[in-house]
Amino acid sequence: MKVLSLAARRDPLASPDAQREVLARLPLSRTFADAAASAGHTPLRAASIDTLQVNVGKLCNQTCRHCHVDAGPDRREVMSRETMQLCLDALARTDIRTVDITGGAPELNPYFRWFVERVAALGRHVIDRCNLTVLTTPGCADLPDFFACHGVEVVASLPHYRATSTDAQRGDGVYAKSIAALKRLNDAGYGDGTSGLRLVLVTNPVGAYLPPPQASLEAEWKRELMRLHGVRFDALYAITNMPISRYLEWLQQSGNLDRYMQRLVDAFNPSTVGSVMCRTLISVGWDGRLYDCDFNQMLDLEVTARVPRHIRDFEPATLANRPIVTGRHCFGCTAGAGSSCGGNLDDVPSLRSRERHRCLPGVPRDIRR
Amino acid sequence: MADHYYNADDLPRFGEIGNNAPELAKKFFDWYGAVFADGALSAREKSLIALAVAHAVQCPYCIDAYSRDALEKGADLDQMTEAVHVAAAIRGGASLVHGLQMRNQATPIGM
Repeated sequence: MKVLSLAARRDPLASPDAQREVLARLPLSRTFADAAASAGHTPLRAASIDTLQVNVGKLCNQTCRHCHVDAGPDRREVMSRETMQLCLDALARTDIRTVDITGGAPELNPYFRWFVERVAALGRHVIDRCNLTVLTTPGCADLPDFFACHGVEVVASLPHYRATSTDAQRGDGVYAKSIAALKRLNDAGYGDGTSGLRLVLVTNPVGAYLPPPQASLEAEWKRELMRLHGVRFDALYAITNMPISRYLEWLQQSGNLDRYMQRLVDAFNPSTVGSVMCRTLISVGWDGRLYDCDFNQMLDLEVTARVPRHIRDFEPATLANRPIVTGRHCFGCTAGAGSSCGGNLDDVPSLRSRERHRCLPGVPRDIRR
Repeated sequence: MADHYYNADDLPRFGEIGNNAPELAKKFFDWYGAVFADGALSAREKSLIALAVAHAVQCPYCIDAYSRDALEKGADLDQMTEAVHVAAAIRGGASLVHGLQMRNQATPIGM
């Protein structure tokens, strides 16, 4: 099925205001602020800035059905070299260890390689969030070697190690291209466990349900990708789909929205709150504006007005202790085993016990505890 | 009084089976939880077994619960469909292998 971006279709849901209104109208049983408070976070605050996550634009070669960015080939919002320079200036004034580059397909930004080279020259760890198929497009075939040359960690999307679910979510033929791209990364030295070139795969649900426990699945994924295609990788992250942009549209159209959101609320796991990514990350939009995370960025929820709101005014000390702007979508990061750019947040025995009981045909709350 | 035997709204009420026997229910739910943990078999493999058995015993509540659970454990529809075929093959095979009993009965009394 051909998917166009919400923006290309001029769909009202392309507006972040409209998305926030849809979420606000849902009859959920509690607010995220109340849930965070029950876990001892009143309000939820940043603890540090370990990662600068830079969204270099919404241009993408794919139009996935679940994309929270509403990215696609038609999007023209891309970060300029001047704004990238502001990011480099900010980095140079801090000891932020990691720069996490995302999009869209970040590799399609015309200044992507320029930016990666300069971040690496600052001695910072670079992560590229890669959709894999972009590595099979014209002009990108040498990217695996470029990544290897600069020690870039590649965090790549692959919903499943088999084709059915991958193509259902990301488009016909995406699985075959993704496997071809993984083989190129392997050829460049990625995923062998000894080169230091780290290749991570990211799986997310192909539907209205929570992601699998990544620790339980990683060995199976490694075994099956090796058996089926001779492909190696280092780690598996499992992340929750966020009710934003095209995934929000799909939830509405499929009649799953109310039930999915209440599922996220019911699965709230207090032990994940301290580890949510916004507590150690700041997100930069394509135009240089600052957000607590990429999800807030897409909902146009800027960092609190009490702190600088643009990368040109970056103040690490002030931003590192900022109160986080939260909303109903935040339940996506605290449901079940939790979710972040690094996958599950929590795998403690008490959680595993709760997750076991969740599988029962409807064990009531008093027995779950 | 319901006028039918199965009701989807009963699924979340499963715990009520403990209302008059809470200690027995606790033992069951604790054991049940332990059965489905990662062990010699992964949680995903156990969920697929549960899905197959749910079809073999034709329990609509269990099919509801384990269709979702198998997806949340990382299975895809191809794997879940094959699990249902395994259940169907065992059920079909179980019927067919009893054909030998039929033969054991019929052969001695035939010509």
